[in-house]
Amino acid sequence: MTGRTVVIGVGNVFRRDDGAGPAVVEALRDRVPGDTVLAVSDGEPGRMLDLWHGADTVVVVEAVRGRPARPGRLHTLSAAEAAAGGSASTHALGLGECFALAEALDRLPRELVVHAVEASDVGLGPGLSEPVRAALPELIDRAAVTVRKARERRLRERDAAGDAEGGRTATG
Amino acid sequence: MSHRGSRVLRLDALARVEGEGALHLRVHDGTVAEARLRIYEPPRFFEAFLVGRGHTEPPDITARICGICPVAYQMSACRAIENACAVTVDGPLAQLRRLLYCGEWIESHTLHIHLLHAPDFLGHPSAVELAREDRAAVERGLRIKQAGNAILEQLGGRPIHPVNVRVGGFYRTPAPQELRPLAERLRQVREDALETVRWVAGFDFPDAVCGHDLLALRDPGRYAIDSGTPTAMAAPDDSDAEPGPALREFPVTDFEQHVHEEQVPHSTALTAILDGRRHLTGALARFAISGRWLHPTAAGAAREAGLGDPAAGTVCRNPFRSIVVRAVEVVHALEEALRIIDAYEPPPRAAVDVRPRKAVGTGATEAPRGLLYHRYALAEDGTLSAARIIPPTAQNQSAIEEDVRRAVQSRLDRPGPAAGDEELATLCERAIRNHDPCISCSAHFLDLTVEHT
Repeated sequence: MTGRTVVIGVGNVFRRDDGAGPAVVEALRDRVPGDTVLAVSDGEPGRMLDLWHGADTVVVVEAVRGRPARPGRLHTLSAAEAAAGGSASTHALGLGECFALAEALDRLPRELVVHAVEASDVGLGPGLSEPVRAALPELIDRAAVTVRKARERRLRERDAAGDAEGGRTATG
Repeated sequence: MSHRGSRVLRLDALARVEGEGALHLRVHDGTVAEARLRIYEPPRFFEAFLVGRGHTEPPDITARICGICPVAYQMSACRAIENACAVTVDGPLAQLRRLLYCGEWIESHTLHIHLLHAPDFLGHPSAVELAREDRAAVERGLRIKQAGNAILEQLGGRPIHPVNVRVGGFYRTPAPQELRPLAERLRQVREDALETVRWVAGFDFPDAVCGHDLLALRDPGRYAIDSGTPTAMAAPDDSDAEPGPALREFPVTDFEQHVHEEQVPHSTALTAILDGRRHLTGALARFAISGRWLHPTAAGAAREAGLGDPAAGTVCRNPFRSIVVRAVEVVHALEEALRIIDAYEPPPRAAVDVRPRKAVGTGATEAPRGLLYHRYALAEDGTLSAARIIPPTAQNQSAIEEDVRRAVQSRLDRPGPAAGDEELATLCERAIRNHDPCISCSAHFLDLTVEHT
């Protein structure tokens, strides 16, 4: 996968609100520049590392469980914050562990942003709960804004430095 | 030290098991009174979801049950539907299916070996610490895993929930030249896979024996992956010093007569037993039943790793050593994938016609975690009137519980300082991880409670 910006919707569409990440990715198809890589993942670290290999900016969208829970509440986290968050993620190894692994292997992208929504229902079945559905437009906006800002920043840097090729992302 | 009074310890989110579940351990007066593994069961949901759908839909729908082993679900579903429709898919299409399955074995096993299981043996809480200390080992694992993933992308259309598989074959089959870069990638990780066998063979393995019957498909002449006859090897009898490898087999169509699922009160899951006895499916069972048909390179790696001689029918019953067997299976899957690519000639058609008829069909294949069985009942027009899925983890549940009980009991019986709850929890997690339970075909959190009474 190559691309300056990669958006990964993490989740399982058959686990209700866990499908929020994939739903956002679907909604972004018409809203982000064509060179943006859009992907859906189950969050398994090996695949996540593959997906963002060579990327400059990675946007992860996913559902989390909050304690105490406030379903539909949005969170935006940096990689460091997400890594410190441990197992709040609904996914097997935990996104936090995935980021920590990437860091240990020098495979963190230059910029990594997590947009998350607190889930209400991760039971079996398709379809989002009402609080998450209501929060979805804002979640989509946040992801789209991150993609746009990353692009603008790259353009600025290209103007300033002449060449923005050969990013700092380690090769594996 | 005796535990007086009553105390319940709750540990959140047992990591490094794919998915969700809970373990409740009750220790009474120094004896394990109960080890209950609770697993949630999406297959039940999918069974209901499938009824009323068309006969071409199970491969796509059941692939969503598990992000780690979608191909297994697709392959068992295809076999069951094709069985109902009296269609046999063979030749290059069957070879391509096997190639795809090899990709999943490589990917799933490598994930488990490097990121989930190895940290247990090296005293690391997770793969993160392992990566900091032995980066080369983790990088090696990621390279192998990527190669497996490349097979899924090439044949499956995409890495998770492959979309190219259909009843009767594929939507599109590759031209031989499209597989050449794939073969190159696979060749590049051959040495990595052998190095992984050597790496894991050097771990310290606690003494343990799993005294369960072993159940795997058997396909004489080759290491069963995508086909074969369910075959059981009885647990060694204590009264018999030299137990012979007495095998008994039964047709896939009779599977549910032999493997019964029963509801147990603590779980939404059904617990499966084989002819009234606890059984285990997965890597250890396959190695015992099909070991003689491993690729010579894999068999050699197994011998060097101290597993004994697969050609002579060696059996490994130490669940901790399952990591070595998985590493050997990765070597085999790589060789098998390369063999298939080398011999590949494109089929005349991407899929054979599978016309529905009123019938019941069954199918079983070897998912990375063990034997996965599907049954579908079709109406005249192909509408599904019943669906039944018996995943490996549900079959292994009792065996895992027994392994947990034994591991904890043997620790409690050891003289010297008593075990703390944290140590017991770690022990339980290890006993569970030995069997790579796909609790994610069940999903996400595993909570552990230890209760002392």
